[in-house]
Amino acid sequence: MSSETVLEVGGLAKSYSSRTGTTEAIGDVSFDVARGEFVCVVGPSGCGKTTLLKCLAGLLEPTSGEVRLDGEPVRRPPPNMGFVPQDYTNSMLPWLRVDKNVTFPLRHKGVGAARRAELADETLRIVGLSEFARHYPWQLSGGMQQRVAIARALAYEPEILLMDEPFASVDAQTRGDLEDLLLDVWDRYGVTTVFVTHDIDESVYLADRVIVLSARPSKVQRVLPVDLPRPRDQITTKELGEFTKLRTEVVRTIRQTGSRAVSGTGGHRSR
Amino acid sequence: MTAGGGAVRGRTYQALLLALEITVPALLLVAYAIWAAAAESFYFPPLGEIGERFAELWFAERLTDDVLPSLRRLAMGYLLCVVVGIGAGLVLGAFRLVQQAVQPFAEFLRALPAVALIPFGILVFGARGDSMKIFIILVGAVWPILLNTIDGVRGVDRGLLEMARAYSVGRWGRIRDVVIPAALPRMVAGMRTSLSIAIILMVVSEMVASSNGVGYFVLESQRRFAIADMWAGIVLLGIIGYLANLLFVQTERRILRWHRESKGASL
Repeated sequence: MSSETVLEVGGLAKSYSSRTGTTEAIGDVSFDVARGEFVCVVGPSGCGKTTLLKCLAGLLEPTSGEVRLDGEPVRRPPPNMGFVPQDYTNSMLPWLRVDKNVTFPLRHKGVGAARRAELADETLRIVGLSEFARHYPWQLSGGMQQRVAIARALAYEPEILLMDEPFASVDAQTRGDLEDLLLDVWDRYGVTTVFVTHDIDESVYLADRVIVLSARPSKVQRVLPVDLPRPRDQITTKELGEFTKLRTEVVRTIRQTGSRAVSGTGGHRSR
Repeated sequence: MTAGGGAVRGRTYQALLLALEITVPALLLVAYAIWAAAAESFYFPPLGEIGERFAELWFAERLTDDVLPSLRRLAMGYLLCVVVGIGAGLVLGAFRLVQQAVQPFAEFLRALPAVALIPFGILVFGARGDSMKIFIILVGAVWPILLNTIDGVRGVDRGLLEMARAYSVGRWGRIRDVVIPAALPRMVAGMRTSLSIAIILMVVSEMVASSNGVGYFVLESQRRFAIADMWAGIVLLGIIGYLANLLFVQTERRILRWHRESKGASL
């Protein structure tokens, strides 16, 4: 793996103003992501993870600081970025069949019909949904819909993939399957991935590096390299002493920032 | 086996509904025929006489003299309602400020009974032609479409719009391929309400100021004491309304299949 930097986040801050005052969601976040790297961002609940990802995606404008993709400042969603949102129920267009949902961004990108069909076939096969291409999304389970969202992101042929707690609302079994599917896809396409999650085990299991955010206003609390061997496996990887050590480290870091949040806002409880 | 039993029961139930739908009106007609024949009322001519006049009137030159002008006014007025209602609704729904500015005026116009504008319509467009009737249909029947479109646009899931934006879908693309399809069920609901209002306004405007049309014919027949003719006109209006609605529902079923079926369907 080369260490060429794809994504640079420098001094990023984001605050919202509302009638009740100004909320500082992100205090000061800086980190880099190398080409082909899989980076997980974890933090206590409500720490502005989603806000951070939306800033990376060019969906939100940061209050200060900057995001650069391939050296270019991100001001709007870049054309080489795939996005998998948290909630599958409102990311699928219910009037389009699964294959048309997958190719929806491509049509607007100006990709020809033949190539679109090819990409839909290929990506749906990879996520194991070939036989559901002509179904409507609402005919599928939550886990399957999230696989469609992954297929849609892959069909876009992105250089970087941003994922916002994509597996948060599926059951544990499905989540494990989806994690393995994602690692398989990541390995196959070599696509740089930034994956936001509140699940510590998930972050360690998936990532090359885990970035731990503090409570709001979030800062980078710690960056943990994960040197677990690949390909990873739900059972054998999680049995490794190194896995347990890493996840304990992440828990400890989050608990430290969390207890600070208790005295500050009372938002996050720790035992 | 409960599912199979349910399907069978469902099918029997469907058949029962259809039977009711056909037999009840038929029975009512028979009841009317028997009663009217015995009553010999001036106001309620025998069924046979109404039927006879119906055939004589509407399958002859009256078809082109009265029915077609009425249908033309209805179609043009309604089409204008759809175009203006959806067009303005999209703009007002998308731009909060424009909506805020236009709202009081729109509320006033909506509260105004459209028929009150008939004298004004006669003044501007004249009594004879189609323009006055189309104008009245527009000012009276555009509101359900307009308001439902605004609501529909407002109610579009933010997640869908964000997804489209994340994939660099432009503003126009988002309106065409996300906002409009997502708001379509609401638009169609408005169009359905609007259709029945449009039919009412067609009839009223023809009664007040016209020299042809089915509405005109009904009033004119009453004035001539041609009671069977009057009833033949009323029955025709009922049939026009019924068929227009039927056509509408059939089209809706086809276009909004996803919407009907997505309610409560999942693996």
